[in-house]
Amino acid sequence: MAILVDDGTRLVVQGITGREGAFHTGRMLESGTNVVAGVTPGKGGQNHDGVPVFNTVHEAAEETGANASVIFVPPPFAADAIFESLDSGMKTICCITEGIPVHDMMRVADFIETKDATLIGPNCPGVLSPGKANVSIMPRDIFTPGKVGVVSRSGTLTYQIVNELTQRGIGQSTAVGIGGDPIIGTDFIEILGKFEEDPETDCVAMIGEIGGNAEQLAAEFVRSQMKTPVVAYIAGFTAPEGKTMGHAGAIVSGGESTAEAKSEALRGAGIRAATNPSEVAELVAEALGG
Amino acid sequence: MDLYEYQGKELLRSYDLETLPGIVAGTPEEAARAAETLGGTVAVKAQVLIGGRGKAGGIAVVHSAREAREAAERILGMDIRGHTVRRVYVEGGAEIEAEYYLSITVDRAAKRPLILFSTEGGVDIEEVAETKPEAIVRTHVDPLLGLLPYQVREIVFAAGLEGDAAKGVGRTLNNLYRAFEGLDASLVEINPLVLTKDGRVLTLDSKVTVDNSSLYRHTDIAELHDVEAADPQEQRAQEVGLQYVKLDGNVGILGNGAGLVMSTLDVVAQAGGEPANFCDVGGGADAEKISEALDIVTSNEQVESVLFNIFGGITRGDEVARGLLSAIERTGIGLPIVVRLDGTNAEEGRRILAENTPENVHTEETMLDAARRAVELARGARDSNGGR
Repeated sequence: MAILVDDGTRLVVQGITGREGAFHTGRMLESGTNVVAGVTPGKGGQNHDGVPVFNTVHEAAEETGANASVIFVPPPFAADAIFESLDSGMKTICCITEGIPVHDMMRVADFIETKDATLIGPNCPGVLSPGKANVSIMPRDIFTPGKVGVVSRSGTLTYQIVNELTQRGIGQSTAVGIGGDPIIGTDFIEILGKFEEDPETDCVAMIGEIGGNAEQLAAEFVRSQMKTPVVAYIAGFTAPEGKTMGHAGAIVSGGESTAEAKSEALRGAGIRAATNPSEVAELVAEALGG
Repeated sequence: MDLYEYQGKELLRSYDLETLPGIVAGTPEEAARAAETLGGTVAVKAQVLIGGRGKAGGIAVVHSAREAREAAERILGMDIRGHTVRRVYVEGGAEIEAEYYLSITVDRAAKRPLILFSTEGGVDIEEVAETKPEAIVRTHVDPLLGLLPYQVREIVFAAGLEGDAAKGVGRTLNNLYRAFEGLDASLVEINPLVLTKDGRVLTLDSKVTVDNSSLYRHTDIAELHDVEAADPQEQRAQEVGLQYVKLDGNVGILGNGAGLVMSTLDVVAQAGGEPANFCDVGGGADAEKISEALDIVTSNEQVESVLFNIFGGITRGDEVARGLLSAIERTGIGLPIVVRLDGTNAEEGRRILAENTPENVHTEETMLDAARRAVELARGARDSNGGR
């Protein structure tokens, strides 16, 4: 099994004819993902890599039975693309776009509560269940099917950790990049809950970073709600206060948002907390062995 | 993007928030003239993008043009927690009856705007939160509905306000929420918001932070960006869409993605080194951007070695390799560069590098090894330079 995306995923790519959309559609197809449609307003009727292109998501859903979307639309239009996806009945939406205004995302987050749908991101690498479906920009070669769930606020750091796991012969059930923005659709807790319910996830690696307090909230959830062992790593021990460290959400703005405070909270909740990516793989091996 | 007090106030005035008259001054003479124009008692306030200026002596209340000139002489050029004061705001006085605190922020966990109001204004709100949490009224706003009239009444009643204070604060709340939305702000803070003896409610200090991601639709605000206050390399990076942060060590770091870059900084520190800076090329950087990033990282004179850590997803290894080689060719960078390349099209990238490796480029398989190597090379360079 896996979470969020699997063999039943019928994917529509919003922004399929753009530079990134086109490139990654090819890679998602190569991974065996069931990409049933693409959407680019004004380019309906075209074909891309054998995938039919539509003008609207509604049309794509009607014609192809799509149930999930991945968004490669530029920031000024990305929130609208999420609304379109939600109103067209998509159940899983991965928004890759970086740089969506916070106020736009607050409105999206509000609206999504009225829908039975899961938004991953924005500013995220997407979701990949090795051997089943790839709804992401993640390099699939580093993945191998297995029983470790990965959830992360960072994209490239996720690849780093998945790579370390694979090199140790440890496979993954699903890797989820939840995104590095201040407002994201799905938090650690919701993903941790899904992994807890997934019978084929035996251990979860959780990758956080400085800023906010999502990791502390997750630590409390792990302590009180989870039996599956969790290994964590927080990036940004050396980040200075008051500087935005690449992600809009990664800024030390008070005592509780530092890597140290977060690691401490995690350890306090009985979670194994690593200090660098290689150690994550070591601790996961340990957790699986014990 | 953080705005200076005087810039924030100007924007807030356009949302009908009431302030005292004020004039910006860059020299003591200008400050004296401003005090004369305003007349009576005025405050001379340091304009810096950091809190704590009052405690640092950055605010003076004066009674004449001569005193205003003296105060400005003292305050201009002052260093407040690493920020140099280059302008003061000379502002008229008011007779104050009460001081309040009011702010609207983005509550990340709740994914909604959060209004904080307290009648204990003029002091550090975090202190109030700790010692007297019941003195702060907290209200979340539904971003699709906006601030509702009943919520304004709840806040005003919960704070125990009456008469002019209740009316003025209510009006201010509505206007400030409009400003928060209209400016795409991630923070608007008024501390203190004051009630004057003649019953007016005024914005005495303001802190406005505008969401960087929204600046494309606020070109007027984007133009307020203070070029002088920024590090020149940070400025240049921003212009070409790269994230650059200057630190204090001697290992320059270039990577893709905030998390990986932060992790790289940590690993360099664990290897016994100190990062000089970092440049995050973000997602999908092409050869040109990579080349620009390398240029920015190495233009910092503290840098003795460069750690180039790329794990491609949306970024492609071949583009990275081409960018690296073209930057070296174009600028003749002689510093040792340690490259670690993985992910999308990494094999092709490594092949391109292997075919043309310049002498100063070293490749490593893992992030940890690459960090160790870069730290070693930085140390070697420093030793051979006699610790420049």
